Amino acid sequence: MSTMLDAPPTARTLAPRITVEPRQPVWRSAGNDEPAIEVRDFSFWYGDVQALQGVSFTVPRRAVTALIGPSGCGKSTFLRSVNRMNDLIPETRASGDLIVEGTSVYGSGIDLVAHRQRVGMVFQRPNPFPKSIFDNVAYGPVLNALCAKRDLPELVEQCLRRAALWDEVSDRLDEPATGLSGGQQQRLCIARALGNRPTVLLMDEPCSALDPIATQKIEELIFELKREYTIVIVTHNMQQAARVSDTTGFFDRGGVLVELGETHQIFTNPRQERTEAYITGRFG
Amino acid sequence: MNRRTVRRVKSNVMVGIMMAAVIVAVLPLLFILASLLLRGASSLSLAFFTHLPAPAGESGGGVLHAIVGTLIIVGMASLAGIPIGAGAGVYCAEYPGSRLSLVTRFVSDVMNGTPSIVVGVFAWTIIVAPQHHYSALAGSAALAILMIPMVMRTTEELLKLVPNSLREAALALGYARWRTTLSVMLRTALPGIVTGTLLAIARIAGETAPLLFTALGNQYLSFRPNAPMAALPLVVFTYSIGPYEEWHRFAWAAALVLILVVLVLSIAARFATRQRFGATRD
Repeated sequence: MSTMLDAPPTARTLAPRITVEPRQPVWRSAGNDEPAIEVRDFSFWYGDVQALQGVSFTVPRRAVTALIGPSGCGKSTFLRSVNRMNDLIPETRASGDLIVEGTSVYGSGIDLVAHRQRVGMVFQRPNPFPKSIFDNVAYGPVLNALCAKRDLPELVEQCLRRAALWDEVSDRLDEPATGLSGGQQQRLCIARALGNRPTVLLMDEPCSALDPIATQKIEELIFELKREYTIVIVTHNMQQAARVSDTTGFFDRGGVLVELGETHQIFTNPRQERTEAYITGRFG
Repeated sequence: MNRRTVRRVKSNVMVGIMMAAVIVAVLPLLFILASLLLRGASSLSLAFFTHLPAPAGESGGGVLHAIVGTLIIVGMASLAGIPIGAGAGVYCAEYPGSRLSLVTRFVSDVMNGTPSIVVGVFAWTIIVAPQHHYSALAGSAALAILMIPMVMRTTEELLKLVPNSLREAALALGYARWRTTLSVMLRTALPGIVTGTLLAIARIAGETAPLLFTALGNQYLSFRPNAPMAALPLVVFTYSIGPYEEWHRFAWAAALVLILVVLVLSIAARFATRQRFGATRD
């Protein structure tokens, strides 16, 4: 716990009780039935290669939306567009509309730093910072001045509890995060994302580097978290999509959204032949 | 002989060859250390560290002026060289594809291979000749020029070793780019950068040729950067070619002190690398 904890106090840090409830969306006039993410004719290019071809769909609030499809179908590209992580790759461009909680992500007026605080992300491989467990969770809230220093321990505890990790690490918060197992590291990364009080959580194949037991824990956690967060998860594992999600979208090669609907319907009674071929294992 | 015996003999022979190579590689270093200790240690005394040289022909005295001089010259060189080198390294690591960083990388590779005497002549031409006098400052400038490419490449290489997933993690948490670079990338690479920097300091501390053209040397204790100043490598150089037996002993002792300084810096570098939290593996 070094100097990074000395964040200047702001109006927000003076709030009486510490909380990790997701923030209320800035744009709330439409109420909770309005979708959390709205995608209209969204396309994406890596140089000359088009990775997404005019996809349009909506992501319901406080529910889990799973995106499935073969490798290279653009589902990760879409996920990384929502918080604009693709900006790291040179010569990419986007067209169409991608609106998260009323903010146009590729609009000119967006504050990327603020946007990424509201949209948390969990990556394919656990990527904790080479710091202590405590610092990993405290990192976001401190730098984004969401919390006073004296409230940090409580905030960290709440985040770790939400990520179902508290009982396993409560007696060794000062130990390096890299000493945790892969599954624990991934839950720590989820706790770290929760520390920013996001409204949307993006998960890019969060279990692909984990064993079945760790996977089960993460899935239970996703099920818990969806009561408060809008979750979009990309997965190669169709059973996982069927288990955890409320809505499933099927992307196919070339970056086309073939079908999106209620998970039960997609897996039992798909409307499109390509969807059926994929989920029954005839290709992919 | 069956095949297993053949295999074992082959293995032993290869291990033997490699051990011989290790011994040959280390032997000169051990010889240098041993002869320095044998010939230099006897001249080491408290006076050697705390006194100025005695007039020629007399015995006693010390090399305080050279120790102070080396500290000042190397200190000033580090003050200029480390920030410039580290800053350039960060730029090259953060903008690897830009034309400026390509040119910088190429130039620094050439600089790393440039003989230090060339740098000394360069500093003489640029600083000493126009000023019409030698100075410690010119020596520091020469050493800084030698140091910058070393620090730069170390910084760049170590920043490149930091996994990109950490950068993504920080950006996804809502970090500005500069903050990501400073508090995640640099912070993670810091122990290695410190090691590389200490090794660079150790290397320039032993440089003689550039100082011959710039700091020149001084028989007295001097704190003025804009005047000639003594330094340990210069003392070794001057005394070892001098006519007096006493001087030769002093040269050995000064060389031993120089090696000890380098040794201490290297050990410090070792300690700096023992970081508490290792970086993630992938």
